[in-house]
Amino acid sequence: MRRLLISLALLIAPLTATANEEVVLGLSQNRVAITANFDGSEILVFGAVKRETQIPDGDPLEVVIAISGPKEKITVRRKEKRFGIWVNTESVTIDGAPSFYTVATSGPLRDVLTAQEDKLSRVSIENAIDVISAHFQSDHPIDFAQAVSRIRTDNGLYSVQEGAIEVAEQTLFRTSVAMPANLTEGDYSARVFLTRSGKIVSEHETTIDVRKVGLERFLFNLSRQQPLIYGLLSLAIAIVAGWGASAFFRVIRQVR
Amino acid sequence: MQIYLPIAEVSVNAFLLLGLGGLVGVLSGMFGVGGGFLMTPLLFFIGIPPAVAVATEANQIVASSFSGVLAHFKRRTVDLRMGTVLLIGGLTGAALGVVIFNYLKSLGQVDLLVKLCYVIFLGIIGSLMFVESLNAIRKSRKNTGPIKRKKHNWVHGLPFKMRFRVSGLYISVIPPLIVGVFVGILSAIMGVGGGFIMVPAMIYLLGMPTKVVVGTSLFQIIFVTAFTTLLHATTNYTVDMALAVLLLVGGVIGAQFGAVIGAKLKAEQLRILLALMVIAVCLKLALDLLIMPSELYSIGAAGGH
Repeated sequence: MRRLLISLALLIAPLTATANEEVVLGLSQNRVAITANFDGSEILVFGAVKRETQIPDGDPLEVVIAISGPKEKITVRRKEKRFGIWVNTESVTIDGAPSFYTVATSGPLRDVLTAQEDKLSRVSIENAIDVISAHFQSDHPIDFAQAVSRIRTDNGLYSVQEGAIEVAEQTLFRTSVAMPANLTEGDYSARVFLTRSGKIVSEHETTIDVRKVGLERFLFNLSRQQPLIYGLLSLAIAIVAGWGASAFFRVIRQVR
Repeated sequence: MQIYLPIAEVSVNAFLLLGLGGLVGVLSGMFGVGGGFLMTPLLFFIGIPPAVAVATEANQIVASSFSGVLAHFKRRTVDLRMGTVLLIGGLTGAALGVVIFNYLKSLGQVDLLVKLCYVIFLGIIGSLMFVESLNAIRKSRKNTGPIKRKKHNWVHGLPFKMRFRVSGLYISVIPPLIVGVFVGILSAIMGVGGGFIMVPAMIYLLGMPTKVVVGTSLFQIIFVTAFTTLLHATTNYTVDMALAVLLLVGGVIGAQFGAVIGAKLKAEQLRILLALMVIAVCLKLALDLLIMPSELYSIGAAGGH
């Protein structure tokens, strides 16, 4: 039923959306390079609305931007008290939870996007987490999904910034998105939605490439492609450092 | 100064890591323990993923133990022969431990088992050492002469006797081998060098002099942790070289200071300090199991149980 709804929506969406208003999007950077001293990054997202006709009457144009990291399969465990100690009891595997997720809007989320549209386009955090298979594993899958959202929000990986987008003359919009220091690699998707009275009128998607570079890249690749050499190299560094410190201190003692 | 760790995929303060490495290094040099049982929980606390923390910690222990053992070689407090016997047992035990670990993993609840292992072993060893050291200190205050440890027990009735000159012992190789295997198993399950079990076992079971115990334990730990590092690097890809380098720079320097401090303290004082530390870590872990956690849910990589 849900799939049918989505495909119906996909059929209808382009007809209504492309008719009037379209997004022209710019990013201050479409690559994030993770270097050794990477300490988070800020991406400026700006754009304009291209239209052939007059600005339509009625509710003003609103903008929603969702940036998502690559989705990964995770296991969520819950602790319960058994025999006096806290142990993991129930566990649920969630098919896809984005490693990073942020939603920025031009107004309160529910005002600019209806619950139904949110569900279809999977915009808000709770809709971005795939919980379909969790329903077969637990009686209360929503608790587990909420836990993911809560833990990652505390870690600064998930966020909702309502009212963070400035819209000028229903045509120009801009916002800045903070990417935290604990970012992982991958293709991040940036989606922009234009809405009127809570309905999506246009949608645009682009990719932000988050990659390790330099030494980070080299070490990461070595550890995956030549694990034995990487392991031996780690040991060699450890032994040389241990010997070096010992020799260094011996020299110091002799000098004194 | 923030630094992004390539394998752990988190950004942490470099000086914090240097400081942690240094602190644990001092303890390692003083007591002859690798410090893994302290460092691993500390790394969890600053947000390093557990799998990376355990694997990288093994690599760091190699460095601090190597630095420490050289200091002990200088003072001729390493019993190479005893160390080798323990090592043979240790490597056998580590291989067995990995098998046991994987079996338990298939049953689930391996985390809980590891924590319970910690609480039980740290608790028993810590309190035994504490009581024994207190008694020794009380005795040494009464009569200033050296304390005579019981020289003959059942250990001396076993066959395959061997002379360990540095330790001043003439005992069967069976007890050291068994100690080695046992510590090897535990170190594979608990992800530590096992010095905190090895040191008391050498003192109380084998009757080795405390001064020799530290160097010999470090000697054995180097090889066992090197083996563990390679296993983690090739199977789980969880050794973070950048993290290891920062920890070990602090660690090797700390270990040198630790060895100096250790040489100045009396054996009983050394043991009572180690006992207190072991008990403190045990209590912390026990409390974690008993007190209701603020977050009941936890996220792990899929593919586990």
